[in-house]
Amino acid sequence: MTYLKPMRAEDLLLPTPAGVCCERGGFHIDPTRPTDKAIITHAHSDHARAGHGAVLATQETLDIMRLRYGPDFAGATQAIRYGETVKLGDVSVTFHPAGHVLGSAQVAVESGNLRIVASGDYKDAADPTCTSFELVPCDVFITEATFGLPVFRHGDPDAEVGKLLHSVQLFSERAHLVGAYSLGKAQRVIALIRKAGYDKPIYLHGAMENICRYYQSRGIDLGDLPLVRDRKKVELVGTITLCPPSALKDVWSRRFPDPVACYASGWMRVRARARQSQVELPLVISDHADWNGLRAIVKATGARDIWVTHGQEDALVHWCQTQGLKARPLDIVGYGDEDETDGTADAGQAGNPA
Amino acid sequence: MNRFAELLDRLTYEPGRNNKLRLMTNYFASTPDPERGYALAALTGGLSFRYAKPNVIRSLIAERTDSVLFALSRDFVGDTAETVALMWPAPEAEKPNAVPHLSDVVTLLSTLGKAQLPVQLARWLDALDETGRWALLKLVMGALRIGVSARLAKTAAAALEDKDVTDIELMWPSLTPPYLDLFAWLEGRGEKPATQDPAPFRPAMLAQAIDDSDFEKLDATDFTAEWKWDGIRVQASAGINDKGTRVARMYSRTGEEISKSFPDLLESLRFNGSIDGELLILRDGRVQPFNVLQQRLNRKTVTTKLMSEFPAHLRAYDLLVDGDEDLRDLPFEARRKRLETFVARLKDSRIDISPLVPFDTWSELAAARAEPASVGSAEDASAVEGVMLKRRESPYVPGRPKGLWWKWKRDPFTADAVLMYAQRGSGKRSSYYSDYTFGVWTAGDEGNELVPVGKAYFGFTDEELLQIDRFVRRHTTKRFGPVREVAHTPEQGLVLEVAFEGLQRSTRHKSGLAMRFPRISRLRWDKPPGEADRLETLEKMLEGIERGQTSPLIAERKSRT
Ligand SMILES: [Zn+2]
Repeated sequence: MTYLKPMRAEDLLLPTPAGVCCERGGFHIDPTRPTDKAIITHAHSDHARAGHGAVLATQETLDIMRLRYGPDFAGATQAIRYGETVKLGDVSVTFHPAGHVLGSAQVAVESGNLRIVASGDYKDAADPTCTSFELVPCDVFITEATFGLPVFRHGDPDAEVGKLLHSVQLFSERAHLVGAYSLGKAQRVIALIRKAGYDKPIYLHGAMENICRYYQSRGIDLGDLPLVRDRKKVELVGTITLCPPSALKDVWSRRFPDPVACYASGWMRVRARARQSQVELPLVISDHADWNGLRAIVKATGARDIWVTHGQEDALVHWCQTQGLKARPLDIVGYGDEDETDGTADAGQAGNPA
Repeated sequence: MNRFAELLDRLTYEPGRNNKLRLMTNYFASTPDPERGYALAALTGGLSFRYAKPNVIRSLIAERTDSVLFALSRDFVGDTAETVALMWPAPEAEKPNAVPHLSDVVTLLSTLGKAQLPVQLARWLDALDETGRWALLKLVMGALRIGVSARLAKTAAAALEDKDVTDIELMWPSLTPPYLDLFAWLEGRGEKPATQDPAPFRPAMLAQAIDDSDFEKLDATDFTAEWKWDGIRVQASAGINDKGTRVARMYSRTGEEISKSFPDLLESLRFNGSIDGELLILRDGRVQPFNVLQQRLNRKTVTTKLMSEFPAHLRAYDLLVDGDEDLRDLPFEARRKRLETFVARLKDSRIDISPLVPFDTWSELAAARAEPASVGSAEDASAVEGVMLKRRESPYVPGRPKGLWWKWKRDPFTADAVLMYAQRGSGKRSSYYSDYTFGVWTAGDEGNELVPVGKAYFGFTDEELLQIDRFVRRHTTKRFGPVREVAHTPEQGLVLEVAFEGLQRSTRHKSGLAMRFPRISRLRWDKPPGEADRLETLEKMLEGIERGQTSPLIAERKSRT
């Protein structure tokens, strides 16, 4: 008579150190090790790894994985649209937009009357370069906590871009280098600069090119984006260039006239982090939900049980408990680590943008 | 306040001197009086009001936030004022519609009673954004550390109209915030503010660090040597002003006035001239190590008790001005002669002269440096940080001119230790595990065990910090609040090569000794923890240090690696 017992969340999705696993559907979500069947929320390298047997993801996520890892990044692939449902065993899986980067999705896993939403990385702030976050009511909400501390309130990204443009004006004989992760953050920053009325060319580091061109091919207007390669120093006076954060400290940056190192990231809210990155102009622009966003969304899902994958899990778990919600950290090894190694290993390729 | 906050924010990140100047000059040019004058006062440390104590700020935030969340945030951010600025809950609906001006803040602070401060502070915090709150808190706590010296701020003001900063320095003591007369003169709208400072700062001459390879190019007979004392380099200037009263001032080597911290020494500056020297603490005629001096520096108020426990002393290196005569163009040897007469005439026990170290060849000097006690520094040897080489003919040139003065520091000791505990740091390193406690092996009840011998916060590169931070997070075995214990068995763990300047006996450590000024000099990923150093090795070093022999052990350690 076991089928009469209400299903436990762990029977549907089991957290393991390598990601959450659905035994009944025969898949993992964002596994950090190669598996037979993987559902991938988005193409950042700490969530999307090469070498799985089969991958189910949005078309954009599959395209970007192919750009980064080559055509053989998985044995087989299947594209799925937002709002579409597939059946895997007796489990149904539906994709919903996560608002994090182009193609990013939350994955709703459902069986009987239990629904778990694995949200991957997400943000509730406006972003002209990807589909907006959609709230999905659920019983168990699996959330990140990259910026899960009350000190992280990202503020107005337009004001941050205003700072950048003011600096470009004040130091007009210098070049401004903006470090930004090559997938998502870079394109969003470019879109914000365009929105502020800046219509001159915005230069690109070579590592940015692929994904920017891909965004443009999906109809996202980023304006004129020439490559910085082959430009002489004098041609770069007074310009803005987007590059991977690691390139800011690289010999590569010496080709610019007295460059101003800028860095677009949610971490820039904390001075120690900004100083650590040796930037002159920190720009607080993040593709993750901030403390207010995390709390609002956790509450709005109506979930009674909150699983926290990575980031500042202690604080978010504590807050959930003060709200009478069940909450626990999942201790998955490997999410969110890429942002620290970005560039030391493979400049511009890896990266969980913050 | 918002514009001032933006300026501070930008200045804290800007490394380049010229760019800092640009930012400040641009601010002075585009900000009206009296706002810019108070900003100049804030940047030069010229504001005087009762600073808010950290506990005032802490209780304000405690009334408004969850204590667990505050503790976690403080731990991550590494700075109380910044944490408060970032997590201050300021509901939009209750935001006052007026952002305070810096001049309002400054004038109100100097009249506000202690009891009214918290309420006013909360009102301002409600009105400001993150950066504004941060700047306000730093200002009211008297902790504006933004990498700008008073002199640089004055230079930026001078640059408004291409004026000479020396003129501003000379008139500075008679100016008061918000410096309306100064800005009027700078912008060509007013008379030049009068006065002649009888005790001004003269830009200091600094030494280059010497490399082994430099010696080949240098002739020992061209140089004199003296001890490099482990204190604070200062300039002591004194003279009579136009009203006939004596003025005496002490400056740091960057030109910051530090007179207020050393009233005891100030009394002894009964001369007309300017001495370059080292500020030291002397007890019974013996120079105390730097950490003793540090204890005096750490106190905010200078009490009689502090002065008698930590008596300040000036050890003279050089004489820049004697009466009305500027000596800076004379050769060092000539200035030295004048200095000897000058100091002898003072007959003041608080001021003496730094002795020369006799030598004929570089190897003689190397021997002296390795064992200062044997060459005249006697009981003060432990406060010797190395030797200074000065070209006999060198004039006194501001800055760090090439080839005239060299510093030759003593070699540090090194040992391989195993990382045991890590804690998140403060300041620049906060949010990373950057404070490390490490230990060496000794025989315990159940075989070999590690005993802590020190704690280090620096020495590693930014890249290495990330590597250690990742190692700590991956190999945590226990958590105690902000502290993590990391794996440290003979097979698993991280070996740190630690450089340190000495060893001392310690009853606080289980090992019985502690390193002085340890820093991480290398990460030994290649070395199994079991092969790290043993306590016995350090004990031998300590015995050697106590016998005053440093060099043989250095040699021994060097040959081992
Ligand atoms: Zn991501």
